[in-house]
Amino acid sequence: MPDSAAKTNRVGLEKKDYSGSKSTLCIGCGHDQITRHIIAAAFESGIDPYNVVKTSGIGCSSKTPAYFIDKGFSINSVHGRMPSVATGANAVNKHLVTIGVSGDGDTASIGMGQFCHVVRRNVNMVYIIENNGVYGLTKGQFSATSEEGSLKKGGEVNPFDHMDMCTLALDMGCSFVARSFSGDAKQMVNLIRAGLSHDGLAVIDCISPCVTFNNLPGSTKGFQWLREHNVSLHEVGFVAPYEAEEVDQKPGEEVSVGMPDGSHIRLHALSEKDYDPTSFHAARQMLERDRSDPDHVYTGLIYYKQDSHTHDQVLQLGDKPLSLLNEKELRPRQADFEALIDTFH
Amino acid sequence: MSSKIVNEFTINIATVNGSGSASSNTILAKSIFRMGVMVSPKNLFPSNIAGMPTWFLVRVSEKQYLARSGTTEVFVAMNAATAEKDIKTLLPGGVLFIDEALPQAKSHGRDDITVFAVPFAKIAKGFAPDVRLRKLLANMVYVGVLTEMLSLDQGVVNKVIEDQFGSKQKVIKLNQDVVAAGIAFAKENFDSSQCRYAVEARDQTAGKILIEGNEAAALGCLMGGCTFVGWYPITPSSSVCEGLIDLFKKYRVDKETGEHRYAAVQAEDELASLGQVLGAGWAGARAMTATSGPGISLMGEFAGFGYFAEIPGVVFDIQRAGPSTGLPTRTQQGDISMCRSLSHGDTEHILLIPAGPEEIYEFSRRAFDFAERFQTLIFVLSDLDQGMNLLTSERLEYPVDDFDRGKVLDKEALEKVGEFSRYKDVDGDGVPYRTLPGTRHPLAPYFTRGSGHDENANYTEDPEVHTAMVDRLKRKIDGAIAFTPKPTIVGDPSGKVGIIHYGSTRYAVTEARHRLEAEGIQMRSMRIRSVPLHDEVIEFVRDCDVIYMVEQNRDGQMADLLIVKAPALAAKVKKILYYGGMPMSAQPIVDAVMSSVKEFVHA
Repeated sequence: MPDSAAKTNRVGLEKKDYSGSKSTLCIGCGHDQITRHIIAAAFESGIDPYNVVKTSGIGCSSKTPAYFIDKGFSINSVHGRMPSVATGANAVNKHLVTIGVSGDGDTASIGMGQFCHVVRRNVNMVYIIENNGVYGLTKGQFSATSEEGSLKKGGEVNPFDHMDMCTLALDMGCSFVARSFSGDAKQMVNLIRAGLSHDGLAVIDCISPCVTFNNLPGSTKGFQWLREHNVSLHEVGFVAPYEAEEVDQKPGEEVSVGMPDGSHIRLHALSEKDYDPTSFHAARQMLERDRSDPDHVYTGLIYYKQDSHTHDQVLQLGDKPLSLLNEKELRPRQADFEALIDTFH
Repeated sequence: MSSKIVNEFTINIATVNGSGSASSNTILAKSIFRMGVMVSPKNLFPSNIAGMPTWFLVRVSEKQYLARSGTTEVFVAMNAATAEKDIKTLLPGGVLFIDEALPQAKSHGRDDITVFAVPFAKIAKGFAPDVRLRKLLANMVYVGVLTEMLSLDQGVVNKVIEDQFGSKQKVIKLNQDVVAAGIAFAKENFDSSQCRYAVEARDQTAGKILIEGNEAAALGCLMGGCTFVGWYPITPSSSVCEGLIDLFKKYRVDKETGEHRYAAVQAEDELASLGQVLGAGWAGARAMTATSGPGISLMGEFAGFGYFAEIPGVVFDIQRAGPSTGLPTRTQQGDISMCRSLSHGDTEHILLIPAGPEEIYEFSRRAFDFAERFQTLIFVLSDLDQGMNLLTSERLEYPVDDFDRGKVLDKEALEKVGEFSRYKDVDGDGVPYRTLPGTRHPLAPYFTRGSGHDENANYTEDPEVHTAMVDRLKRKIDGAIAFTPKPTIVGDPSGKVGIIHYGSTRYAVTEARHRLEAEGIQMRSMRIRSVPLHDEVIEFVRDCDVIYMVEQNRDGQMADLLIVKAPALAAKVKKILYYGGMPMSAQPIVDAVMSSVKEFVHA
């Protein structure tokens, strides 16, 4: 992490160069915390803001791309279909840095199919699920990620078991699966930074309380619940190749996970001494434990695999964006064309 | 037998689907085409992989009529399940070639036809011990028998076989040998003078090609600079995307680096395929998808997003018979209304409606220009009949014009103009300027949304701003009429009876018009080639005493668009509607006009 006193990052930009317009969400919304974490992560990682593509669906969460990195291009698409739009945009120009923001309604219900398939294709992007267990913009219906027995505004109890996007992502073959909490700035910023460095799709399921509709003491996606039940698996640090190594060095158990761009995720063990996020089985067990243990919410880097095969690699895309190819590059030569037409006689 | 009927008849070959008759049928049709005679093959196939009946029609027409004829003069009966019914459809004086193993070979119930029973399996058996291969070769036996009996040129047939199987020498030899055996059998056992029908070489097809509409569409996309395909398989559209991907592999892979100058993604459904197309179009690629009615239904929400957020993209609708799953392997023109206003609110789309391979190729190519010029979705409406059947066509031309990339501001242009509002009507034509993601200029970025937005792409619920925004969109689409293909008019300019049609009914209408003119009815025919409708359509209706709208749907969907545009002329419009799923023939048009035209045309 760069020196917090530093005014500019490695590309010479200030943090305000990553800002967006003013949020119109409710005061205290978890989503606004995440917006700040995205800004901090992009700043600290020195992302070129003009190169950022922000994609979203519909809902409170999907409004937030307007609130960060306004030098980036944004496409706020239709409900639950952000993944397909991101897939198309990403294929045109693989150098774009794609940040997808979605919600639990957008991803776990209407958009579950597209979510599964964007994971399967491993589109190179960070996919943040701003998960509050409730439909905010339509005024407080339970969503599919809300735990059974959770309370929402008015005291209604959720009768259904929940869907877990981390489990689904893992099962779909996702190579970067994290769960976080909007109130844990340090963990979230470093997870986003790691996601931005990751080659492939990084899913961050971030619990992000809805202060208006789902924030009772018995709301399992509420602030109080998270403060009381959040268990960080580890302290997440992130060190880019150009950053000083001395940061975040603490005595005790630490795992360092290397990334293809030379970055390292440094995990300082907290609750789980031996947790190894590079083990699929450990990740699977952790998510099962998380589901069967309603008294704890485990957050941190759940799973990471380095050898992912990204969609742009599968498509064998070149350096030049598809948008810039010209007639000469796209049309066969006339002699070849005529020879082809001859075969139809 | 008296003199032969030359080059004017239809061959109908009835087989079981999955029996591998497709290549034999193509070889037969192509051989006649190569002999210089116009042909129109039509594959009538079931929505099934193996075991259901299928028919392949080859209309041979020196008069150059390429619609389905509606009659059968020469029948090849290979399918026991349909033989009895099939034989009844044969025209009196017709010729039946029937598998001798079928019971109808002995008892066919017709005394007005000529019957030749052929031991297809026995002849094929000599060439292949393997049962499966033998079944395939039985189809080549009828090619041989017909070659002899219809006087096809064996040299031409052999050359077509060579071209069909490319470098597979053994396969070529085997097929040529089986054809020869079919010929030898016919020579030995039948008297070809007893067959009333014959093909004689002509020079009608020199310089022409035989191509499926979907192949022409794929070529149009290639030459139109399409770089992104997001698609989901559905009959009868799949061959557009599959054909295009084959062309991409051939022409868009860098020989040195192996890098692709295209991206093709098979999506999880049609919603996703249009989502991908819009993502790619937004990012600056020329993007397309192809589907059919059910897929279009699913694309509704995204279509409205593309319209309102003003994102270019091309959607091919290869129409099939609806409603619902309908008849997936039968043809119709039933998606006009749906595509025109696909999505909620005041959404409207530009439709290009080509007829025949040359136009399909041309419109497919230009669809990308229109999409980028008008920053909107362009729907190219074809159908199963012209999409999946081979059609005789002029050669497709190498394009001379460059891509029209529309109003895109790059970094240098932004530097020069010094201002940018994504949705501002700067030029007064309703078409705003856009920038592409990744443009490194402070003016370039904007926020694309399907929610209400002002000229600067900022969120708004302001009623005046929203009214102005949707009014501008209306102006933009209306303005496109100056660029989209105008209707064509043929026939007697003084004729007071008019026919209006579009798409694949072109062939049936041409034939019907000739037949009606022969009956003394002076006709004019207009073919619509795009929607919104041009003023010329209204003028045409005004000039005629009566208009017959020929459409392949139940409700007269194009007639509805016409009447909305010119309600005062509604009384002039009569509808000839044919929607059972078969390719249209001239007969229903001739019948409808003949039965009512006297009321309107006074001597």
